[in-house]
Amino acid sequence: MRTISYSAAINEALHEEMERDEKVFLMGEDVALSAISPATAGLGDRFGHERVRNTPISELGFTGAAVGAAMAGYRPVLDMRRIDFMMLAIDPIANQAAKLRYMLGGQVSVPLVIRAPEGGYSQNGPTHSQCLEAWFIQVPGLRVIVPSDPADVKGLLKSAIREDNPVLFVEYRALYSLEGPVPEGDHTEPIGKAAVKREGADITLIGIGSQARGCLEAAELLAGEGVDAEVVDPRTINPLDVEGLAASVRKTGRCVVAEEGHKSGGVGAEIAASVQEAAFNSLKAPISRVAALDVPVPVHTKLEAIVLPSTEKIVAAAKKALS
Amino acid sequence: MAKSTSGLSRKRMGEMYRTMLRIRRFEETADDMYMAGKVVGGVHVSIGQEACSAGVCAALREDDAVLTTHRGHGHSIAKGTRLPEMLAELMGKVTGLCRSKGGSMHIADVSKGHYGAHSIVGANMPMAAGIGLAYQLEGKDRVAVVFFGDGASNNGAFHEAMNLCAIWKLPVVFFCENNQYAVSVPAEYSTSVDDISVRSKGYDAPGLTVDGMDVAAVYEASREAVAHARRGLGPSLVEAKTYRFFGHSRGDPHYGMYRTKEEWEGWKGRDPLIVCEKMLKMTAKQKKAHADAVETEIREAIEFAENSPEPEESVALEDIFA
Ligand SMILES: Cc1ncc(C[n+]2csc(CCOP(=O)(O)OP(=O)(O)O)c2C)c(N)n1
Ligand SMILES: [Mg+2]
Repeated sequence: MRTISYSAAINEALHEEMERDEKVFLMGEDVALSAISPATAGLGDRFGHERVRNTPISELGFTGAAVGAAMAGYRPVLDMRRIDFMMLAIDPIANQAAKLRYMLGGQVSVPLVIRAPEGGYSQNGPTHSQCLEAWFIQVPGLRVIVPSDPADVKGLLKSAIREDNPVLFVEYRALYSLEGPVPEGDHTEPIGKAAVKREGADITLIGIGSQARGCLEAAELLAGEGVDAEVVDPRTINPLDVEGLAASVRKTGRCVVAEEGHKSGGVGAEIAASVQEAAFNSLKAPISRVAALDVPVPVHTKLEAIVLPSTEKIVAAAKKALS
Repeated sequence: MAKSTSGLSRKRMGEMYRTMLRIRRFEETADDMYMAGKVVGGVHVSIGQEACSAGVCAALREDDAVLTTHRGHGHSIAKGTRLPEMLAELMGKVTGLCRSKGGSMHIADVSKGHYGAHSIVGANMPMAAGIGLAYQLEGKDRVAVVFFGDGASNNGAFHEAMNLCAIWKLPVVFFCENNQYAVSVPAEYSTSVDDISVRSKGYDAPGLTVDGMDVAAVYEASREAVAHARRGLGPSLVEAKTYRFFGHSRGDPHYGMYRTKEEWEGWKGRDPLIVCEKMLKMTAKQKKAHADAVETEIREAIEFAENSPEPEESVALEDIFA
């Protein structure tokens, strides 16, 4: 299979879906100019600026407008540039898009995709490094997708665009240049299914987004020390495939959950709770969490490394769970 | 568009020239340091827009406040922010203004009335309204100035803040540096009006557009807006037409991607430093005196920053709660 990058896979999914369905259109700041982001390069030239639409710096305005357009029969895809900027648009996402169908008794659907690149490891500081998916699993009515490799980002983005509900589609900036095999053509992945990214028998490492990579690297290091780790990627966190995760933990009896967001009230907390509910009798050790410390992400390289999770921190947590 | 009159003293003009030169040299230094891999995080320079920083801050008192943006080195320097500590922040040193945790986009020097650069576009404007509210509640005649870009004027935060300041008559000056672009998006496309200053009409506040390459024009307009606020008459909106000579941030070329070379050269020909030199009919000797003084200051800032220590690990966990 040919190999392409995570950002090229996003780009390919957008091209294919816009080609397939003329109701799909893209909006966001600086999306029309190819040179600004590899994820949207070429789309403006291919589909024109009606369908690949630059917006003013009006996150609240254009997100609300996308909700309206979605109710009226279109399939808008928003490009938030960074999830941090999406904070200005929480009302149309959480109060409106996620609830409208329910509040209106099923009269409308809101097929909206919000692409939200996020994350640190790039010295961009407290307001440009956050991972906020945990906030949004608290919002019923919103799908939350967290792809960790090029094949999944393509397959899940295509599914997200075809989904009739609002989707927060998280992209990890740290993974944009990651290369991997990606099927050509109409490759979709199911929303709500975890994937085993590496099989193993001794411990389950559950990684979200960028930390699924961290878990794979940690598994390599652990293999060198005779530990056979299984890596499972939930891929979507609403819905969460609890059974898929629990099946692995029942097999290994030990589990570490790693995410780039903050530890308190994080996705890892939700996963740990759900997995122990489903697989308590199989657990040989407490489920442990690796996450960003509960402080903002500082600019300085050295300080950022202290705050954010790393392969080493995952390895250390795994060893503790094994001891 | 308002041009300057010739009523300004040579002394005042000379001071503003010096400020502009300090900004220019600081940002050129920051850019050099960035290229040398010595800057931690990103840098957005305001080279080309110095007349805005210098002209506005010359109209302020020391106890007035400013708030700025991701492109805020100039405003910081013009408000009196210390150069060595500012450069140290850019270079990731613990002696930096934000102890290396905020970086270029969050420079603040509260002791000088500088309430921070704010990297979320639009976020600074409601906060400026709040600082104005505090001044009003205290019965002080202090003023807050908030700097923002053409792009930010399309954000709800601008409109909500303008309205709040108008209904409560808060002492706030909204200073919009219309450098024609928000990253790659032209103001001509993204903005409903040609002159952003006309938006003040919706808030029953004075609005004026000035030549942002002419420091005297910026100063005169600012003086009026600041006096209006100080008298308790509420906000004003001043728009300066200007241009950034560099790309949006590092990696974005000066021209070619979304700005033409001709456009860039046209604005370059109106470099605010050169415009000011001409107005002052400065001699080579006078220019050299300014340049030498600024070079000394820059050298000292570099020395301080280079010799400052990196942060201890514990710094990462400090300053969360008061
Ligand atoms: C709320 C928000 N949206 C988007 C961004 C990304 N961003 C940073 S600077 C910028 C352009 C700002 O344009 P303008 O206000 O004209 O200021 P300039 O950069 O021209 O000084 C954008 C879109 C952001 N920082 N905050
Ligand atoms: Mg601008």
